[in-house]
Amino acid sequence: MSERNAKKYWNQNIRYLLLLLILWFAVSFGFGILLAPSLNKFSIAGVKLGFWFAQQGSIYVFVIIIYLYVFLMNRLDKDYDVND
Amino acid sequence: MDVQYWTFSIVGFTFLLYIYIALKARASSTSEFYVAGGGVHPLINGMATAADWMSAASFISMAGLISFMGYQGAQYLMGWTGGYVLLALLLAPYLRKFGKFTVPDFIGDRYYSDTARIVAVVAALFVSFTYVVGQMKGVGVAFSRFLEIDYEWGVIIGVLIVFFYAVLGGMKGITYTQVAQYCVLIFAYLVPAIFISLIMVGTPVPQLGLGGELSNGNSLLHTLDQLSIDLGFQEYTTSKKSFTDLFFVTAALMLGTAGLPHVIVRFFTVPKVSDARKSAGWALLFIAILYTTAPAIAVFARTNLLNSVNQISYNELPGWFNNWEQTGLLKYEDKNGDGKVQYYNDQNESFNREIAHPNGWQGNELFVDQDIMVLANPEIAQLPDWVIALVVAGGLAAALSTAAGLLLVISSSISHDFLKRWLKPNITEKQELLSARISIAAAVIIAGYAGLKPPGFVAQVVAFAFGLAAASFFPAIVMGIFSKRMNMQGAVSGMIAGLVFTASYILYFKYFGGTPDQYLWGISPEGIGTLGMIVNFIVSFGVAVVTPKPPPKVIEMIEEIRIPRGANRAHEH
Repeated sequence: MSERNAKKYWNQNIRYLLLLLILWFAVSFGFGILLAPSLNKFSIAGVKLGFWFAQQGSIYVFVIIIYLYVFLMNRLDKDYDVND
Repeated sequence: MDVQYWTFSIVGFTFLLYIYIALKARASSTSEFYVAGGGVHPLINGMATAADWMSAASFISMAGLISFMGYQGAQYLMGWTGGYVLLALLLAPYLRKFGKFTVPDFIGDRYYSDTARIVAVVAALFVSFTYVVGQMKGVGVAFSRFLEIDYEWGVIIGVLIVFFYAVLGGMKGITYTQVAQYCVLIFAYLVPAIFISLIMVGTPVPQLGLGGELSNGNSLLHTLDQLSIDLGFQEYTTSKKSFTDLFFVTAALMLGTAGLPHVIVRFFTVPKVSDARKSAGWALLFIAILYTTAPAIAVFARTNLLNSVNQISYNELPGWFNNWEQTGLLKYEDKNGDGKVQYYNDQNESFNREIAHPNGWQGNELFVDQDIMVLANPEIAQLPDWVIALVVAGGLAAALSTAAGLLLVISSSISHDFLKRWLKPNITEKQELLSARISIAAAVIIAGYAGLKPPGFVAQVVAFAFGLAAASFFPAIVMGIFSKRMNMQGAVSGMIAGLVFTASYILYFKYFGGTPDQYLWGISPEGIGTLGMIVNFIVSFGVAVVTPKPPPKVIEMIEEIRIPRGANRAHEH
């Protein structure tokens, strides 16, 4: 792979990482901790929303984040012809 | 057929299964011994990682801990799962591409230095060893409580089983045994949870049961909040404490998870880079099944407890109460001599003044051990004896699988990182394999001995293991992959600064009489690893900018690991 393509591939990878890590931070530290008291005014399936994110929701989103990453990276690897 | 009979049969059957798998999966090369030959399917590896990760503490103690902590228990739930996102996105695929056997391998090669390698070996040994002693203790406790044999014999039987399959099979044997152990432990965890959910809120899915309604039509969580307040406790679903500590502890557990060598090394066993990513997804999915069930168990158990014991006459308590009193996990002391149980928060001054004292209550009369929330569940829900036996087998599976993974890291640190890569590079593969077997055998025996006479510090070492992993391995590996500028001088001084900072903070507060009001920004020792990581980053970059760039060979290696194509199975050099 050319040096320029390698750089482009890596930068796109970093963009995906930042996006997914922001999501990771938002659902756990954001919704589950810092914003939990205000989110507790709402509820989901009978559970206060802030409490739900802290003890259930964040974990579901973590799993989704990893599978999203797998999907995005497999596509990127193919686009740049570096898949294994 | 009583509980004893069922326990002996089910535990005996699972142990025979583990031994059978070990005989089928013997390791014949160092590659098979360290990384199972690098040919493990991502789903299988995900399952093995889940068993490796979930210890006796996750299985037996966590739901109970959450049950007493309420909302704050989220620090364990998010902390011990969120790390897998970091692992999948920042570490696993690149380390798999790197394609060696151990974490010190990477640190030593990337920072072109034996000093870095030795710092990493010492940290890996310390973290894994403190952790494994706790597992041995878990095995001893599970045996002695349920099979009515001595604690010591429990540990010895556990040691023999691990000895057999770890020495014989190395990572290959451990991987396939862990798959069986995951199945045993998750089945054992879910069966009682499903039944209790059905009994309390009428749904077979505990995760949904959390938001369910009791038979009287009231919301479960609302009822629990009210019950807690009525007895002077903190409302279950919220917290009045500062969020700073919760934030730092959660982060330290996540960063520590991503930096623990026995977890990282599992991703060296899959064939390809894309498999390492997928495998992290499977691992977290399998872990999430238990981790989303635990908070439901916590709520069911807490509601049951508050509902069923307070102000009840001692003679009218259910049968399970007396059974568990005999084990010492429940203690009742009739302080005011009225023959009834008073269970309330006697630390709450205004509650004492307004309700407890006018009613003639003279202090909380019931002591409840956190472990009982999982262990007594089957009896509280009046499930058949075989379910109780299943829970014992599950607890043992959780403890044994984690112990085996840790012992492998200890053995590979000694025979590979220390002996082969540093002290005696000329030994043949056969000699290295033999030394790996000898060191894992020695590690099992030493861990077993430490489990027999657990030093007093064992209960507190979890903070150490996570804090040190967060402050040393995690930043060193991440910088090694994402920064081409990071050099040997920066990484080594960063690791040492992070380790010293974190260790001295924990030591000061755990052993040298530090008190909580002296906490830096209110951060408890469990959360200090987060700050240790930041210290590591700052020192590393500070030193790196004033020292020479890494050599071209290393830059080439970094470029190489950033591209997935061309990952061979893990190899020697």
